[in-house]
Amino acid sequence: MSKLISDKTKEIFLGPLGKNNPVTVQVLGICSALAVTSKLEPAIVMGLSVTIIVAFSNVIISLLRNTIPNRIRIIVQLVVVAALVTVVSEILKAFAYDVSVQLSVYIGLIITNCILMGRLEAFAMSNKPWESFVDGLGNGFGYAWILVAVAFFRELTGSGSLLGFKVIPQAFYQAGYVNNGLMILPPMALILVACIIWIHRARNKELQEK
Amino acid sequence: MENLASIFVKSIFVDNMIFAFFLGMCSYLAVSKKVSTSIGLGIAVIFVLGITLPLNYLLENYVLKEGALAWLSDDFKTLDLSYLAFILFIAVIAAMTQLVEMAVEKFTPSLYASLGIFLPLIAVNCAIMGGSLFMQQKAFATLGEATSYALGSGVGWLLAIVGLAAIREKMEYSDVPAPLRGLGITFITVALMGIAFMAFSGLKI
Repeated sequence: MSKLISDKTKEIFLGPLGKNNPVTVQVLGICSALAVTSKLEPAIVMGLSVTIIVAFSNVIISLLRNTIPNRIRIIVQLVVVAALVTVVSEILKAFAYDVSVQLSVYIGLIITNCILMGRLEAFAMSNKPWESFVDGLGNGFGYAWILVAVAFFRELTGSGSLLGFKVIPQAFYQAGYVNNGLMILPPMALILVACIIWIHRARNKELQEK
Repeated sequence: MENLASIFVKSIFVDNMIFAFFLGMCSYLAVSKKVSTSIGLGIAVIFVLGITLPLNYLLENYVLKEGALAWLSDDFKTLDLSYLAFILFIAVIAAMTQLVEMAVEKFTPSLYASLGIFLPLIAVNCAIMGGSLFMQQKAFATLGEATSYALGSGVGWLLAIVGLAAIREKMEYSDVPAPLRGLGITFITVALMGIAFMAFSGLKI
């Protein structure tokens, strides 16, 4: 490896952001993607946490990949992920308590996030640590940008604010504008993700099913 | 007894795993193409939830919680091991799914043939882990309440996946815009089912 960032590595990083997005194409990690997106702030924190955990668990599993017995690999992977999630959860409790309360069980559920198991199984078990790290970052960001996009629209239309700051001017409300309470409810996250999938597949025809 | 029934009904309709919390979405979307397979997965989820959640409840109350180890010795009265919850819960779940799989294979081969492929998948189903984490958050008073919550959540999940599978079977014949076909329209269907289920929210039982 002469260059630090070869073309292949670049491909590994950029793939998950677009054509091979973990949420909209591979359908992984939907649970948390939908549940934490009613406000922008928890969505950003969740996206970052998942990115960090995927990247580092990918590195650890990739370093261990030749010593893990095949039969118990799932349990080994789960333990590595659970340890990292515990660390992230304790850090969040210490430095961002409010957000960790909002995220409630979904931080713990990163353990069973399919993106993690999927990447560990499909990539880290058969690739070198550096590439696995880049793959983890790519998939983490691919997941994070969907979360942030959905949360942006839900917070803007549902509460009229972004990151907690009011962005819709008071004059609008006096003129009769009302926040769309429906956007805060869980089902609207599904509809927004469906719209992202629609746009994404309309532009990449090869992704369309039958 | 009344209490148990109310927790059971509430976890099916009001706190439905899928529509209120989106737990277990990955396998929910992936395995809901046919009614028969989705029934298999639903039953497997009830089964595993019903076994792992009470186990984790005991673990939480007799090992992990602050002062939970007091039954062992007075020295442990102030010990708080709750930071170990994630690792222990997932270990119990992974181990139990392995055990259940082996037991089912040994004693009821016919059930194994229909559930077989789904059982290992369930270890990483968010609904199972989520059930245990919600149990920790809700702090149930007795083992019975935790079990009834587990069974109710499982039945709610089964209901949701069978409903979606039935709709998707019918949808085979409809003309969906090409970019929405498959995943997109399934999302919208789930959203509409979710809105219907919102009718139960706020219900006091």
